[in-house]
Amino acid sequence: MSHIEVRDVSLVYDTPAGRVPGVQAANFDIEASEFLCLLGPSGCGKSTLLNIIAGFLSPTGGEIRIGGKAVTGHGLDRGVVFQDFAQLFPWRTALGNVTFGLEMKGVPKQEREEIALKQLQLVKLEKFANAYPHHLSGGMQQRVAIARALAYNPAVLLMDEPFAALDAFTRDDMQRLLAEVWRETRKTVIYVTHNVAEAVYLADRVVVMTPHPGTVKIEVPIRLPRPRDPLSVEFLEYQKELLRQLGPAATGQATNGKAND
Amino acid sequence: MNAPSPGTRSILRATVTILAAAAIYEIIARSGIFPRALLPTLTTVADTLVSMIADGSMLRHAGYTLYRMLFGFSLAIVIGLPLGILMGRFRAVEQFFLPLASALMPIPSLAWVPVFILWFGLGNTTTVLIVFYAAMFPMLLNAWSGVRSVNQIWLRAAGVMGADENSLFWKVIIPGASPFIITGLRQAFQRAWIAVVGAELIATSDWGLGWVIYDAKEFLNADVMIASLAVIGCIGFVFERLVFGSLERNTILRWGMARVAKG
Ligand SMILES: Nc1ncnc2c1ncn2[C@@H]1O[C@H](COP(=O)(O)OP(=O)(O)OP(=O)(O)O)[C@@H](O)[C@H]1O
Ligand SMILES: [Mg+2]
Repeated sequence: MSHIEVRDVSLVYDTPAGRVPGVQAANFDIEASEFLCLLGPSGCGKSTLLNIIAGFLSPTGGEIRIGGKAVTGHGLDRGVVFQDFAQLFPWRTALGNVTFGLEMKGVPKQEREEIALKQLQLVKLEKFANAYPHHLSGGMQQRVAIARALAYNPAVLLMDEPFAALDAFTRDDMQRLLAEVWRETRKTVIYVTHNVAEAVYLADRVVVMTPHPGTVKIEVPIRLPRPRDPLSVEFLEYQKELLRQLGPAATGQATNGKAND
Repeated sequence: MNAPSPGTRSILRATVTILAAAAIYEIIARSGIFPRALLPTLTTVADTLVSMIADGSMLRHAGYTLYRMLFGFSLAIVIGLPLGILMGRFRAVEQFFLPLASALMPIPSLAWVPVFILWFGLGNTTTVLIVFYAAMFPMLLNAWSGVRSVNQIWLRAAGVMGADENSLFWKVIIPGASPFIITGLRQAFQRAWIAVVGAELIATSDWGLGWVIYDAKEFLNADVMIASLAVIGCIGFVFERLVFGSLERNTILRWGMARVAKG
């Protein structure tokens, strides 16, 4: 049995202007400890799908099963990292943000601070434990958000373009760091992106979606040793393959992710 | 010498402004355009103030006024803040209280004074209730807006991490709405301060800064009036700077949820 099963998941948004399909009959599985990328052009429904898996939205059709059980609503088995830097609580220090989930679980103060500090070490921010978010750069804030999502030890980490708003250099660093964090924690990760290179760098498998109204087009396993070399021939081959799958309309956008966020 | 701290500098700047205003007043007072009895010089006012402080009467007046003001203001916070938050959080509460607030809010608090005197008589109760009425609505409305403006992503993030309604309330909504809540406290305080003096003018009969001003009118004691006005201004200023200023510095400024003005 796969860790997460996405079965015929559809969602239609009811808007004042009419009904808008968000995602249509998506099907795929994620194995435990797998790193899966959801790749697709803007507006195809990646965020919608991730929000359904996170439990923020209820699908209008189909279901999500985690560990064999259909899920509704969010739960402590899933951690979420959003794209928006504003996700951190500005009134809490980096450490305070990371301890939040443990606090909700009722873990005693000293213990949760020890755990949180370890998480901050994992994302290399232990020196900034007592800094407030507005004194941290965008990349640092996203690292705190990752540490925060990991701190209460969920089995699944859901990430919606967490690095899309960062500059290219920082983003490269962050991808490397995330690959390391994943190797150490062995979480099941679902990572949304519309950047092809990012998908090839991070994923065990890439689920490519069709343009809006989106559904799963094809799954592409990335069989490259880690850590991956973005300049290798095989890496570029995978990029080409994914671009081909995305189709001509998406090409400009997908290769030039940073300009189109 | 070290550069002065931002706090010291802001006090210096405030002092300069006030000294300039006082100098202009003094020039006009001494010019003889108006009779001295109506426009006493600052030295006369200062003499009066010192003697009123020395005989303890000024402290007693200020004490009464502060007591009434803080009583009404606290009442407004204790009721207005939770109610505003509940209005922002629960649609039913909003639908019930918003029309009521919208209808009552435009009525100036001082217009209630005669009515309240009729109901509660002259004295503390009426004054406290007037203050409460004046301070209630800024507190309520700011808390309400604050809750509605809390970033959705914080609620989602907290929800994912297992926050229940109680934790959401104390650990996300209140701090998330704090810029509005602090604005609400400030406005409520200003209104309360205005209302207490206004209500005392009419509704009290022995002590209070408002009453002493009104009473001084009988004897054309302009110096007493102005001395009392100065005390009212000073107390308001001290609260604004010390209480709300430090509250703000320790919360929303520290968290980057508000910024100091440029320059
Ligand atoms: N709250 C909403 N109300 C109505 N329609 C929505 C809403 N959110 C998304 N949609 C629609 O659903 C479709 C999928 O949106 P979604 O945000 O999931 O796309 P996405 O793949 O994440 O795009 P991007 O890469 O730009 O973030 C879009 O066409 C959009 O118009
Ligand atoms: Mg999206």
